[in-house]
Amino acid sequence: MSLDPATLLAILSMALATYLTRVAGFVLVGRLRLAGRAKAAFDAIPPAILTAVIAPSVLTGGPAEAIAGVVTILAAFRLPLLGTVLVGVAAIVVLRAILGG
Amino acid sequence: MSTTHATDNPRSAELRAALIDIAPALVAAVPIGLLFGAVAVAKGIAPTEATLMSALVFAGGAQFAAIELWQHPPPPLALLVSTALINARLVLMGISLAPKLGAFGALQRLLGCAALADENWALAERRASRQKLTPAYVIGMGAMLWANWVAWSAIGAMLGPVLGDPKRFGADFAFIAIFIGLIVALSKGVRSAAVVAASALAATLVHSLVGSPWHVLSGAFAGIVAATLLYRKDAT
Repeated sequence: MSLDPATLLAILSMALATYLTRVAGFVLVGRLRLAGRAKAAFDAIPPAILTAVIAPSVLTGGPAEAIAGVVTILAAFRLPLLGTVLVGVAAIVVLRAILGG
Repeated sequence: MSTTHATDNPRSAELRAALIDIAPALVAAVPIGLLFGAVAVAKGIAPTEATLMSALVFAGGAQFAAIELWQHPPPPLALLVSTALINARLVLMGISLAPKLGAFGALQRLLGCAALADENWALAERRASRQKLTPAYVIGMGAMLWANWVAWSAIGAMLGPVLGDPKRFGADFAFIAIFIGLIVALSKGVRSAAVVAASALAATLVHSLVGSPWHVLSGAFAGIVAATLLYRKDAT
């Protein structure tokens, strides 16, 4: 059993952030009317964030990561999430074996 | 008198319906939970801490992003901001679901939204389109998804050191693949592609020039700017 205070603080920060996003919608109902440009900006947040988190690893990680990234994107258009993950993992294992890295 | 058949008890019928509906998502979460525990431990987080994170945060995407951003000591503010932004979609889900919890009490509403996630939100929306939502269905389903996630994260964290370096099995790429799957699922059309491209470019540039975790906010900002600039009134 080990609980580092800095880690605990980080986890509690994340828990607070997540709980606020979970409750916010229920609190905001009827008070928030997003439309037009504001809604387009709000809708862009989740894909923009998810992309920002992984893009450096995919684009600067090396040729194996870049090619596996393309393969995974193609898979994601055709397969459910679990299938996409299996294709992506298989691609990176094969590409790392061939290209090294 | 005591004919307490499961079918006669509305609550247990609702719980059974919740379990049947959520079962595929429970199975799909097994490898993802195992992977989360394993990569967290590989990053130097203790199994207890990884399990606690799954129990308190319960948001796969945000948790994998946190592992990617993790340093020693971890940056609490950057993690709070990235978690809030990654989970911003939960705000919209809550806005959509809240009016469908008509007969719920205040505590039932709080419990119902406490475990809100992509899968149980989608299933609750689907059920709400056909019949009234009950607290047993919504809260029960949330509890099932939550317990499943915490349990498999804990097992992954404990098995992680036995399995060795996740990179050997390409497991470090699995969450990148999960994110790619979610990005594709969230994207529709040319404007979404522009948002993703703007975010990818800005994030990669800032990551190289400035470093982590600033690339997350920069990428998010670039994506939002792209969406705002490309907005046209006629299109949705």
